Amino acid sequence: MTRRREAQLDWNTFSEGIWQENPVFVMLLGLCPILAVTNSSINALAMGLATAFVLIASSLLISMLRNYIPKQVRIATYIVIIATFVTIVDYVIQAISLDLYNALGAFIQLIVVNCVILGRAEAYASKNRPSVAVLNAVGMSIGFALALLSLGTVREIFGNGSLFGYDLFGDGFEPWVVMVLPPGGFFVLGGWLLLFEWFRQRKAEAQGELAAESSKPGA
Amino acid sequence: MTEDQHQQPNVAASNLIRVLGGIAMLSGFLVALVFQVTKPVIAENKRLAIEKAVLQVVPDAASYRQFSLGEQGISSDENQQDGIPVYAAYDENGELTGIALEGSAFGYAGKIYLLYGYDPTCECIRGIKVLKMIETPGLGDKIITDQAFVANFNALDAKLTSDHMQLANPIVTVKAGTKRSNWEIDAISGATISSKAVGRALNESAQTLLPKLVPEIDKLRQLQSAELKEAQP
Repeated sequence: MTRRREAQLDWNTFSEGIWQENPVFVMLLGLCPILAVTNSSINALAMGLATAFVLIASSLLISMLRNYIPKQVRIATYIVIIATFVTIVDYVIQAISLDLYNALGAFIQLIVVNCVILGRAEAYASKNRPSVAVLNAVGMSIGFALALLSLGTVREIFGNGSLFGYDLFGDGFEPWVVMVLPPGGFFVLGGWLLLFEWFRQRKAEAQGELAAESSKPGA
Repeated sequence: MTEDQHQQPNVAASNLIRVLGGIAMLSGFLVALVFQVTKPVIAENKRLAIEKAVLQVVPDAASYRQFSLGEQGISSDENQQDGIPVYAAYDENGELTGIALEGSAFGYAGKIYLLYGYDPTCECIRGIKVLKMIETPGLGDKIITDQAFVANFNALDAKLTSDHMQLANPIVTVKAGTKRSNWEIDAISGATISSKAVGRALNESAQTLLPKLVPEIDKLRQLQSAELKEAQP
């Protein structure tokens, strides 16, 4: 991130994860779960909530411990902390619903290596006060969950003719099976990225500052 | 703020170990705590899932008991070594109505795990339930949703030969619409690999388990009725 500004408890700290630096649509991080578990909106929502819990809890703990963690072992420490919260989420989801747990499969455990979380820990939580770090993590979580949902709903509507399991079109609808298959994930992600980039460019043009920086792709 | 981190002086190794060890201990404590709290809930969830599946694959079942099929035959000790779980299902009067067994085979994307109900009276399979699979949504998962396919398992023949060594007729999956005999399964057109996997899972499991199980079926009947008599003297 090239832009640096004094981090404080304000609207910007919260909202940058949702819009300006959305982890998926702008930073293009964490694409593995984005493509893999978004074949239905309920899976996307569950994954978004699980990731949010891990991101917020680990940001809080890392930010609280930031003055005690020596630089040399910081990555190892972050991974241990993140893995702890992922294991907790893993057990809790099993306790809530085995069906959901089976649907999400290995992707719960793989939250450990989700680069959104490690990236936030390294780039933000370890450098800011706990309150600021948590506020930012909440924003990032909402941004990540929104991205998951925007893929999940589109793929479920087209690929299965339903939304959160409720049938939308009745029997006459022939589902586009490709949408719930892996290629559909890429198509929908590409579509959203295009839309997002178009909006950003239009906004930049409207402000009369179409700088070279904002017209470049996110990553 | 970044400067602070880069200028952090070299720290003694003992400090690194202390911090990492401390955090690891904290993590261990948290994980153990959550594990203890969720353990009974998860066990109950798994039991409910099995109960639902067993009662679904055996028609008219009201309750079930888990047994273990091992070298020494049937045993009520669930933790018997090398034992394969066997779920005996009983109706309201405590009569044995069927036995649910597990089977698995590789489908298109991964292993398909299923439970099937064996009816000792007609010597046939009365129902199947897919426990776990990662088949393609919309194609492979028709093995659950396709009514015509599921109807294959209303009375799928699984008779043993007279010497109780193997199935008289191996269970096979045939091309869609060519089912001629009771031991054949009509495949779903467009999901042949998944359909064949179901047939293979049933055949392999029935070929190995039924020869051991059938001589023990009377034991399963008696085990339950003996306990019922104890309960209502």
